[in-house]
Amino acid sequence: MSEPIIEMKNVSFQYEYTQVLNNISFKVNEGDFLAILGPNGSGKSTLLKILLGLLKPQSGEIKLFGQPNETFRQREWIGYVSQKSNAFNSGFPATVEEVVKSGLTKKVGMFKRIPKDALLQVQDALKAVGMERFSKKNIGELSGGQQQRVFIARALIAKPKILVMDEPTVGIDHENVQSFYDMLYSLNKEQNITIILVTHDVDTVSNRISHVACLNQTIHFHGYKQEFDEISQEQLDKWQGHAVRKIH
Amino acid sequence: MIDAIINYEFLQNAFFSGLLIGIIAPLLGVFIVVRRMSLIADALSHVTLAGIAGSLYLSQTFTVLALINPIYLGIVASVSGSILIERLRTLYKHYEELAIPIIMSGGIGLSAIFISLASGFNTDIMSYLFGSVSAVSRQDLWVVIAITIVVFLFLYTFFKEMFVLSFDEEFAKASGLPAKTIHLLFMVVVALVIAASMRIVGILLVSSLITLPVAASMRIAKGFKQTILFSILFGEAAVILGLVSAFYLNLAPGGTIVVTSILILLIVILGKKAAMKMKAERV
Repeated sequence: MSEPIIEMKNVSFQYEYTQVLNNISFKVNEGDFLAILGPNGSGKSTLLKILLGLLKPQSGEIKLFGQPNETFRQREWIGYVSQKSNAFNSGFPATVEEVVKSGLTKKVGMFKRIPKDALLQVQDALKAVGMERFSKKNIGELSGGQQQRVFIARALIAKPKILVMDEPTVGIDHENVQSFYDMLYSLNKEQNITIILVTHDVDTVSNRISHVACLNQTIHFHGYKQEFDEISQEQLDKWQGHAVRKIH
Repeated sequence: MIDAIINYEFLQNAFFSGLLIGIIAPLLGVFIVVRRMSLIADALSHVTLAGIAGSLYLSQTFTVLALINPIYLGIVASVSGSILIERLRTLYKHYEELAIPIIMSGGIGLSAIFISLASGFNTDIMSYLFGSVSAVSRQDLWVVIAITIVVFLFLYTFFKEMFVLSFDEEFAKASGLPAKTIHLLFMVVVALVIAASMRIVGILLVSSLITLPVAASMRIAKGFKQTILFSILFGEAAVILGLVSAFYLNLAPGGTIVVTSILILLIVILGKKAAMKMKAERV
């Protein structure tokens, strides 16, 4: 068994008077492809923000690559793909190439320029997500799914060890979701990138995923995808807080 | 005009200041526009006016202070305004735009008090409101040169960080960039550029040179660097044509520069429409 690269112990978080996360503990091992599922308001985005160091929990302990979150400095090891819809202005005047290249900003470091040969890395990153033909297009000219792939390329260019994604399938047509997961699967297997994604959409969870965690303030289930497929309807209802039918 | 520039120092001051502002205002303007902060530039320009009016009033009351260029107090007011806006924006997290009317009306209110204390409008204040070809002093030109250097240093150092921050703030924060610090520095630089620009285009029209060339550029540019390039080209064209016509027609340069910018914008919008139509017909 490999060392856990993410470890949360008894993490709780509240916004003013609302308890959002209650006593969360879980581990992610290198090479996992984990989907964190939860209905709206279950604390998924908060959990991601805590993981990324954007929010501090009131209690609990978080370790990234064995180091406490507060002192963890290698942020470039974690590639973040924000939720497309709210993070960016689709009229932004930038080409795909410029957007992907900007993923190197932190890695190159303050007071230094991005080297000229970065364009090769841009091409590699775009190839990995199947978008190499679009490098000269303006980002606003692409479809939602294509933009999402570009944002993944922007994270990949810094060669992260973990890819963290917030609702990555929002804005992708239903028929393209499977090929999107196929692409993530090949990143996971071929480049050995650990993937964590959060989604509210139980239906889109693909067989490409290795692990599933069900979140609603607290972790209701965490295990292999196969185990998740076998949990009962009552357990699902209890987790989601209201009746949702499981679709196979 | 070239003869006149060689012969008259005041024209040199106005012309060189104009050329520099024609670069730095649209250059920063690209970041301001894509970050949807165009109105902040307007609010800051009105705060700058409060500083200028305050300085003019003080120099009337205490003659010793008459030697001090009003632009300095304008800069102080503008920079303080930019920091105040940031404080207010964090205070009203869900109503970030509320900071703009608060600061803007505060600026105009203070200006009104200082102007009436100084017993009304005079030509001095008019030249600050709408710009002037003749009122730019050598000292003003030095201030503009200094601010231009600051802008270039800032963008030379933080260009890639500013790009990430403008495109996707959440990503910038998640990748561990000091987003807050860079943003605050940016606001201070914006305040400086506004103070620098007001001598030529005037306080009421400063935001035009920051936004109009960018608006035109975004219609036709491909990518971010090209957007910057075209914005500067349009900015320079507006400043040069505006200053020349202001000089010959004896008009306030703020007016001629803004009207030229709007004409450029119209030509670009209509030209692009025509080009699209021709392309569609050919297919």
